[in-house]
Amino acid sequence: MGILDFFRSRPKNTASVAKERLRIIVAQERAAQGRPDYLPLLRREILEVIKKYVNVDPDAIDIHVERDGDSEVLELSVALPERSPPAANADSATREAAAGEA
Amino acid sequence: MENEQLDPARADAPSPSSSPSVTDAPSPTPGRTSLTEIIVVTSGKGGVGKTTTSASLAVGLAKRGKKVAVIDFDVGLRNLDLIMGCERRVVYDFVNVIHEECTLKQALIKDKRFETLYVLAASQTRDKDALSKEGVERVLKELAEDGFDYIVCDSPAGIEKGASLAMYFADRAVVVVNPEVSSVRDSDRILGLLASKTRRAELGNGPVEQHLLLTRYNPERVAGGDMMGVDDVKEILGIEVLGVIPESPGVLTASNAGVPVILDDVSPAGQAYDDAVARLAGETRPMRFIEAQKKGFLARIFGS
Repeated sequence: MGILDFFRSRPKNTASVAKERLRIIVAQERAAQGRPDYLPLLRREILEVIKKYVNVDPDAIDIHVERDGDSEVLELSVALPERSPPAANADSATREAAAGEA
Repeated sequence: MENEQLDPARADAPSPSSSPSVTDAPSPTPGRTSLTEIIVVTSGKGGVGKTTTSASLAVGLAKRGKKVAVIDFDVGLRNLDLIMGCERRVVYDFVNVIHEECTLKQALIKDKRFETLYVLAASQTRDKDALSKEGVERVLKELAEDGFDYIVCDSPAGIEKGASLAMYFADRAVVVVNPEVSSVRDSDRILGLLASKTRRAELGNGPVEQHLLLTRYNPERVAGGDMMGVDDVKEILGIEVLGVIPESPGVLTASNAGVPVILDDVSPAGQAYDDAVARLAGETRPMRFIEAQKKGFLARIFGS
């Protein structure tokens, strides 16, 4: 860094930004790799069915496939809206998990 | 479900114990049936230096007296012939051999510099579907029977047919990566494919031995904080580094001349490739050209 550089504005450390972004995206993509490719479609159809009864947010459905030894578990969780008119007795954000061997 | 297979090489810690460090003595890769070693040079992303690397690795191994064939898998966009400097001697190509329009011997172009080095060019006129798994296997088998020590497969960019066939039969993989976000991400994708979509993975013959080769490395920019360093890339991808090739004008002048850069022993890139080949052959060599050059007094005062 010379005298001339001293007066210029210092760029921030972009390499560490790059590394952090990569760390996140690579972890995400590695996790997604073993996932069956029908998941997005399954998610959309389940959402359509649920929407017939409860007005849920499209982002409220979470689907995961987890490995447990030799078996795989399909985990589905749906966050219901705080006040859902049709289902009056539903508490805030009920989580339902359905587990089954895939 | 096929795509849900738990791939052993990727499931464990970032540094799989299955891939020995570059300092280890050369040991025959487990599960190998012949003495021929098939090395794929791949990357996912284009323009990172796969062909430059394939040419230099092949020349470096031949220089050590090994019998080497280097095959261009980039059907439709061949370039290895130019980098090797044999473009005017291509008569028959890889696709001709696969379609039995000529013999393998007719298609192998003997290098003018090294007796034991042969180039198999890609077809310039056909498309990628001209390659078939059975055809590629037959050519590789014939080369093995011919006593080749190494077959270097220069993969095209992408993850389509040419690229997947280039890696399918590999015993080892050299993943070429630039210290830049898109290249690193693509390399990770390729590492995933190497662990699942190769013959070794399918037959359970042990993983393809994976090596990382960083190219276009600029130590000054790394020191300045705008380029990821060797350790950053190694940490993200989690495999051993075979070599670091500094960004160097020698790479362009070598490709202009059709002389693989490893033969330019003045250029830092040439020397770094020579180190990488030595490590591939089992030697231990310290990493060079990864530290920024110390600036002189005047340069420090006035900047550069």
